[in-house]
Amino acid sequence: MLDKVKKLIEYYEEVLSMPHRQEIARELRNEDDLFLLLLYSEMIGIPNPVYYYTLELYPYMIEKFHDWHLRMGMEKSPLTGIRCC
Amino acid sequence: MNGILIAVIGLVVYAIGFRFYSKFVAEKIFRLDPNYVTPAHRYKDGVDYVPTNKFVLWGHHFTSVAGAAPILGPAVAVYWGWLPALLWVVLGTVFAAGVHDFGTLVLSVRNKGQSVGTLAHKLIGQRAKILFLFIILILVLMVNAVFAWVISNLFISYPASVLPVFIQIPLAIWIGYAVYKRKAKMLIPSLLALAVMYLTAVIASNVDFLQIDLVRYMGGEDGAGLFGLGAVSSAFLIWIVILMVYVYIASTLPVWKLLQPRDFINSHQLVVGLLILYLGLLFTNPQVTAPAINGSANDVSWFPLLFITIACGAISGFHGLVSSGTSSKQLDKETDARFVGYGGAVGEGILALVAIIAVVTLFNSEEAFVGVYSSFGDANASGLGNFVEGAAVLAQGLAIPPEIATTIVSIIVVSFAATTLDTSVRLMRYIISELGVEYKMPALTKTHVATSVAVISSGILVLLPEGSRGFGSGGYLLWPLFGTSNQLLAGISLLLISIWLKRLGRNYAVTLIPMIFLMFMTLWAMFQQVVFQWSWFGNDSNTLLFVLGAIIFVFAAWIVLTAFQALAGKFDPPIDHENKDAM
Repeated sequence: MLDKVKKLIEYYEEVLSMPHRQEIARELRNEDDLFLLLLYSEMIGIPNPVYYYTLELYPYMIEKFHDWHLRMGMEKSPLTGIRCC
Repeated sequence: MNGILIAVIGLVVYAIGFRFYSKFVAEKIFRLDPNYVTPAHRYKDGVDYVPTNKFVLWGHHFTSVAGAAPILGPAVAVYWGWLPALLWVVLGTVFAAGVHDFGTLVLSVRNKGQSVGTLAHKLIGQRAKILFLFIILILVLMVNAVFAWVISNLFISYPASVLPVFIQIPLAIWIGYAVYKRKAKMLIPSLLALAVMYLTAVIASNVDFLQIDLVRYMGGEDGAGLFGLGAVSSAFLIWIVILMVYVYIASTLPVWKLLQPRDFINSHQLVVGLLILYLGLLFTNPQVTAPAINGSANDVSWFPLLFITIACGAISGFHGLVSSGTSSKQLDKETDARFVGYGGAVGEGILALVAIIAVVTLFNSEEAFVGVYSSFGDANASGLGNFVEGAAVLAQGLAIPPEIATTIVSIIVVSFAATTLDTSVRLMRYIISELGVEYKMPALTKTHVATSVAVISSGILVLLPEGSRGFGSGGYLLWPLFGTSNQLLAGISLLLISIWLKRLGRNYAVTLIPMIFLMFMTLWAMFQQVVFQWSWFGNDSNTLLFVLGAIIFVFAAWIVLTAFQALAGKFDPPIDHENKDAM
């Protein structure tokens, strides 16, 4: 009986927290997108003094970059420099 | 006839509908495949696309679709007697709403989780997308006006509910903050918030100076108000201004700050409300005093107006937006769609059912009922108040004193309406921005410009007077327009599902029949209202309503023509190649 009540409470908690978790993840993702843009602004023509260093991150972020351009509505990579797809 | 019997009949029909009809639709028509890779898995990103347990998803879906509308519609529609309202709610849920919510979910799942608007563009063409945007725009405009009207009226009629409702705002911000910054669990803080709200309700119901009664401050109903208006009109005006300022702020804040925590509290209120009403019903076993068919309702015919007066609760296009907008991206297995989609519609039907029972058992005799529901106008104006009183009577079965029960019930209705208002102003802002992009008006794409347009236009509409009766007295006239635009949206979604089924070579009668039924009722009702009521030679000539009604009528006619073309195959835009397997 107690187990069932516990399960019910867990279920209810999950119903409540699911949309919240999603919303926080969305905010985080938006911040990440902005950060990515700041790091690689050179590629869209905005001068970036730390370009040389941020390029070192290239191998680590190629997959994320692929997700990013899909999310931004571009089917193929917009940059010839980054060959993710 | 007693209340419990009506509830049992309704619930049994829902159970049969879910057990057999939804199974038939799932297996024979939609042919759900447990091995189909749903968008939640294919595009899993942890944000929009998240595979979710079907019970959790149902809970979220249900709390998103259930609000004040399935309460208000039935409370008005019992004007024609309880039988027509009951039949439409029960059969509508089983054959129209269930299939519609379930169908939009499946259609979206089979098309990358895209929303109904995008699918309209794909299945019908570019024009359909614009048409769709305009219909949603009208719908959210009506929602804003109607719900602002509902809240202001309840604040005026039940002044004890003002304080608890306003206390909800800082409590919600506190929960949002606590959960976000301290990663606290959500259940305890939101239950605490609910307890604080209801405690305030109990105190405010008994202590006069805690009841924010603007009409009393201005010297009672006959007192002088602002700008030479009557006291009631002035109170209405003040509440509308406060509400509009509130929604402006609320709809521009990030959702997790205010809207979502309010939703957490409101989902408790939904559970509490349903429990109080159904348990109260069980303990009080009230007799139905309203007539089965109200013979004295002669001013407005139930046919076709009943079908647009009860929109949410029987079928509502708004559900399609939730099904295809969020739920379809979170469906773990395709076969779960039946439980989430059809089950969500049944959940709302259960709420509408108890709303009918609360109103039809309220009165002492048939004469009392007919006295209050003496004309359609009176039914519209007093419907919600009757629900609040009726629900309070049911709550007495659980030994809750009547004045506290009315306060709590009105808090529940106001909270639902306020959240709907917040969401729909937000939605209106997005649509205005999108239309700004479409028609190259960059100013409209700015958040504050779009929000101002949304808030001001809704504010003007809700202040609509009826004759010489002052501000807000005509707010209820908008209810049929709300119902119609909602049904139109449902009509488009059903049309999309039918086209999709037809292209797959399946039997599309299950969605086409409700669609034809809805479009017929909408066209007829709008024609009647526009020509015989609101036009220059009608009974209640009103230019604003005439224009709005005429626009809706044209849209409806347009949809019917498009439907005919699309289904006859004369007009068949190419299907996107990538998506060919899904179509």
